[in-house]
Amino acid sequence: MTDRHWEHFPHDADVGVRGVGPTREAAFEEAARALTAAIVEPGAVVPRDAVEVACSAPDDEVLLVDWLNALVYEMATRGMLFGDFRVRIEGTTLNATALGEPVDAARHAPAVEVKGATFTELKVHRTEDGAWVAQCVVDV
Amino acid sequence: MDISGLTRTSEFQWEIPPTGAMRVPVVIFADETLIRDMDAKVFEQAANVAALPGIVKASFAMPDAHWGYGFPIGGVAAFDADEGGVVSAGGVGFDISCGVRTLLTGLAAEDIEAVKSELADALFRTIPAGVGSTGKIALSPEEMDAMLAGGAAWAVEKGWGEAADLPRIEERGCMAGARPDCVSDRAKKRQKKEMGTLGSGNHYLEVQRVTRLYDEDGAAAFGLAVGDAVISIHCGSRGLGHQIGTEYLRRMAVSAADAGIRLPERELACAPITSEAGQSYLGAMRAAINCALANRQIVTHLARQVFAEVLPGAHLSLLYDVSHNTCKVEDHEVDGVRRRLFVHRKGATRAFGPGHPDIPESLRETGQPVLIGGTMGTASYILSGTAESMTHAFGSACHGAGRAMSRHQAAKRWRGRTVIDDLAGRGIVLRSRSERGVAEEAPGAYKDVDAVVDATEDAGLARKVARLEPLICIKG
Repeated sequence: MTDRHWEHFPHDADVGVRGVGPTREAAFEEAARALTAAIVEPGAVVPRDAVEVACSAPDDEVLLVDWLNALVYEMATRGMLFGDFRVRIEGTTLNATALGEPVDAARHAPAVEVKGATFTELKVHRTEDGAWVAQCVVDV
Repeated sequence: MDISGLTRTSEFQWEIPPTGAMRVPVVIFADETLIRDMDAKVFEQAANVAALPGIVKASFAMPDAHWGYGFPIGGVAAFDADEGGVVSAGGVGFDISCGVRTLLTGLAAEDIEAVKSELADALFRTIPAGVGSTGKIALSPEEMDAMLAGGAAWAVEKGWGEAADLPRIEERGCMAGARPDCVSDRAKKRQKKEMGTLGSGNHYLEVQRVTRLYDEDGAAAFGLAVGDAVISIHCGSRGLGHQIGTEYLRRMAVSAADAGIRLPERELACAPITSEAGQSYLGAMRAAINCALANRQIVTHLARQVFAEVLPGAHLSLLYDVSHNTCKVEDHEVDGVRRRLFVHRKGATRAFGPGHPDIPESLRETGQPVLIGGTMGTASYILSGTAESMTHAFGSACHGAGRAMSRHQAAKRWRGRTVIDDLAGRGIVLRSRSERGVAEEAPGAYKDVDAVVDATEDAGLARKVARLEPLICIKG
């Protein structure tokens, strides 16, 4: 079983987010965690309230951008942060549940607001050892 | 970075001659140190821009250029609609019309010193800043559309500002050609609670001291003297601009092939200017410019309220307001021929030279004020546009220090509390809700703003007028 994790990769002005997992769904969930980690430690967000997200795209890479942008939109309009994710993908249609809570400026002390996910360094692929990788640069 | 592929055409100008798909050369303005420190991605991205249809003259990079998405940040490129030219959502960026405005206060820096802490607290309390902060102005759908069509002029009409502010804003405070109908409901919803907010990241409000003048006549025209206190505000079109950027970047990335445009990278997403997608983006992007102008106008109003309470003797008058991330229709002379061009500035400041009709009359002789934001621990600069800048890069200059290090590296290297304490030791009062945010924005994470501004002046892009140093910084 491939390990699952998230990481940031460097970009001059913005932040590269990368999710790795045994399935495409796991890689997308980890990429979402990396998105949250650009703002706040994901573990500091209580996964209390569920928000449903759905998107559909012509290919896996655009689907990743759409998924992350859907989360950016929900964070901005609901004033929430998300710490946990359940992703289901069929073909290139994604349905997901994002779990989180309202921003608490004092407790979360969020570092930066994410403006959107970009097509820069955008990749969704499988490595030779079978792990799925989902990554792109997000504008902050 | 290896600069062996560059041709040095003058002391402060470098060129990558066109090869492969490039239609025009890349021209970079920088001194040798800045160019050696530039990320190789800048050259790659600028060369990709040089390959886009209808590009005119060159793909330019300013001295503060760094790796962006699609276009480099600090990139300038102009396109001719009659030659199949394109408009690019990535060439404008997500924070459409992010910019800086500087206000004169009529006060001396000493007046600020006496109430510095109280003033910082009052500004921090009054001006919403940081993730999740919301403004007090809720717009109805009709008011939202009126704001998107009217910009700062709309804000002044609503009582957030003075009529005298408007001539001191690019486009006189109202970008023509805005089409609120091209802005999605999602973008409008995202803006609903964000009018009059600073945002986060590198956005700020600073109270600054004028520490040095370089051009006495220019400074007199701009109303600046050594020891004066001024205010600079750096913010943009907030959630609305971000959502427009997001939606049109995707639309253009997916539809470019249908428009017959072969993109070296999808991040270069663009559409022909004359296409439906291009026209629709221009209408939405101009609405976002108005949103940014209205936003900075409302933040100005809030700053005026605070000063009226804490320092009733102050009169905050607008020196100028510049936008960094835009695509504007401008007339420029290219090889002796006057042409109407769509000039993209991505992290670059418009810097029109003396006599340009778009500069307010009172400043026209001097040239457009060019406001360059530094970091919270270094200096900011006020420059003026030059006649030379019109011929170099379509009247454009740098926009700030430019990042030298990723946020990730910066957060590893510095602790927010230490940065705040260091600044306090130097007399700079910082207010922020996030210590990690402060660490990511540490002054050391940026290029040397003095070197960037010197190279900008030496390259002839703009002329130094005054240097400003921070007294108070409200960070987003």
